[in-house]
Amino acid sequence: MMKEKARIHSRRELAEGIVSMWLKCSLADHAEPGQFVLVYPKDSSRLLGRPFCICEVNPEGDEIRIVFRISGKGTEEIAALEYRDIVEVEGPLGKGYPLECAAGKQVLLMGGGIGAPSLLFLAQRLKKSIVSYGGAKNVSALLGYRNSALKRFLADDFLNVGIQTMIATDDGSDGIKGNVVEVAKRLHSQRVLLPQLIYACGPMPMLKAVGEFAAELKIPAYISLEEHMACGVGACLGCVVPTKERDGHSNVHNARICTEGPVFEASEVLW
Amino acid sequence: MVKKNPDLSVSLCGITFKNPITCASGTFGSGMEYAQFVDLNRLGAITTKGVSDRAWEGNPTPRVTETPSGMMNAIGLQNPGMEVFAKRDLAFLAKYDVPVIVNVCGHILEEYKNVVEFLSDKEGIAMFEINVSCPNIREGGMAFGTSPKELLHVTKEVKAVSKKPVIMKLSPNVTSMADMAKAAEQGGADGISLINTFTAMKIDVYRRRFVLANRTGGLSGPAIHPIAVRMVYEAAHAVEIPVIGMGGIASAEDALEMLMAGARMAAVGMMNFHEPEAMVHVIDGIEKYMEETGTEKIVDLIGCLD
Ligand SMILES: Cc1cc2nc3c(=O)[nH]c(=O)nc-3n(C[C@H](O)[C@H](O)[C@H](O)COP(=O)(O)OP(=O)(O)OC[C@H]3O[C@@H](n4cnc5c(N)ncnc54)[C@H](O)[C@@H]3O)c2cc1C
Ligand SMILES: Cc1cc2nc3c(=O)[nH]c(=O)nc-3n(C[C@H](O)[C@H](O)[C@H](O)COP(=O)(O)O)c2cc1C
Ligand code: FES
Repeated sequence: MMKEKARIHSRRELAEGIVSMWLKCSLADHAEPGQFVLVYPKDSSRLLGRPFCICEVNPEGDEIRIVFRISGKGTEEIAALEYRDIVEVEGPLGKGYPLECAAGKQVLLMGGGIGAPSLLFLAQRLKKSIVSYGGAKNVSALLGYRNSALKRFLADDFLNVGIQTMIATDDGSDGIKGNVVEVAKRLHSQRVLLPQLIYACGPMPMLKAVGEFAAELKIPAYISLEEHMACGVGACLGCVVPTKERDGHSNVHNARICTEGPVFEASEVLW
Repeated sequence: MVKKNPDLSVSLCGITFKNPITCASGTFGSGMEYAQFVDLNRLGAITTKGVSDRAWEGNPTPRVTETPSGMMNAIGLQNPGMEVFAKRDLAFLAKYDVPVIVNVCGHILEEYKNVVEFLSDKEGIAMFEINVSCPNIREGGMAFGTSPKELLHVTKEVKAVSKKPVIMKLSPNVTSMADMAKAAEQGGADGISLINTFTAMKIDVYRRRFVLANRTGGLSGPAIHPIAVRMVYEAAHAVEIPVIGMGGIASAEDALEMLMAGARMAAVGMMNFHEPEAMVHVIDGIEKYMEETGTEKIVDLIGCLD
């Protein structure tokens, strides 16, 4: 593996402050759903890579898509890159979503805000697996946004995968009112949604609630976590999450999100 | 006057290193994670993450954050302890032809001695680097490294149980670098390395919170490089024992500055995070510098300013 130069093949703003980019890079051909890349700002006062999920890979396997929210100086700089600009990326990093466990199951994808990009690549893989033997039984997605101003970004992409896609907003300005976990609970009690397996990505409080919801239903949930990172490859021990089991590196209870994760089984995490 | 194949080798405490570049402890694991990016055999030495006598959990997160041309960390020395280290990390490193410098940490003197005693008999260790300068643990760590008297005492005690050369790693959070260097030398240290990180603080004004869970963290990276060069110069000119220089090295020029300031070897730290091949680029750059300036031996550059 190495840090490589990627070329921006397209750049589009999906909603205010939400940017989608396709990057041409060789890492695309071995990326898996749930893995991430580090994108390095050019400004040499900003030396650490910014972690972003791999949202999608093109059919040719030579481009990755990232979708991100402008939330600080680094993302601001990356968002200002234009068509044909070059940016340094490293990846694919981390362990993604396990796919085998979806076999024969009704799968629910839960995305909160900027968690949605992490699930699109997974949705595509799961959908493909439905048609083949040993895949998921069916897949639905529930995407939550703060409000309608976010223009339910990426929802069309999930629909294009050919799976049932539901929208929720905190203020009810689009789709169903409520946060994704509240809505999922409601739909479950109405027997509209009867998941046997959940994959989720979003802010930490949401993921914690997803874990509790899955525990109530006695089903597994795989969640993708976030933490500040320095190396992204498991060397600095900067990005840990407390876990029930002993971690593979230090034999304590602090697994590295960049290496043992970013995807963890929810019941494995100590909140 | 381009000269081909200059001699980059240096010797320190009776050990010969093929070039003067190693990694700074804690920024390269035990090399395992970076072996997919870098041919470890290219490096002058590998300096491991701090090893303690038992496994350490480390600090709560966030443990790292970026700062202008640098970063702050408060990892809290999470590590699996000396037994797992010996079984796993040393066994891994044995596959490579590269000297290993084992960085040692502890809360109290006994813990440092336990590690050094236990590892002294293990194969594949060139020397120990004793971290008496970590700003991120409450006891031990930096407390030993900021008083010359304490430093002298710890050095003596560790030396007494070590069968390998002992390098004392010094903190920059002191008034006189020269005094600390002398204390380590008087304690019998075979060498010193510096600098560890500067105690620093970052506040998120919008959330009105400390950015790091530990409140303070150690500042490293190119931002500290000129201060590190000054401190290496002061230390190297205060003692006879060899010095390993580090702090913000990002290029061959930065490493050469350390050597010219008097360091026998130089270590690359946080820049490994920015560029996994940073050390290889530094080594290649030094070789190129030597070819272009007609320098036959790297040792001719060490402390060449005076
Ligand atoms: C595995 C993983 C996948 C991610 N995927 C996405 C994604 O697909 N889309 C998206 O919009 N965001 C994603 N994030 C969050 C994204 O990395 C941060 O928003 C981004 O790093 C902020 O950088 P900045 O320079 O704009 O912010 P600043 O606040 O200026 O950054 C300062 C430092 O803090 C770090 N930092 C700040 N916020 C976060 C955060 N939430 N997580 C990790 N590091 C942070 C930065 O990387 C940088 O080192 C992901 C994070 C992780 C850990
Ligand atoms: C993430 C991180 C972890 C570190 N861990 C250790 C450690 O375990 N032991 C130690 O002696 N120094 C440790 N250090 C300090 C470095 O070895 C080095 O002294 C310091 O970072 C200055 O070099 P730099 O500016 O090139 O990073 C650590 C530094 C960083 C950034
Ligand atoms: S970011 Fe360095 S260990 Fe995860």
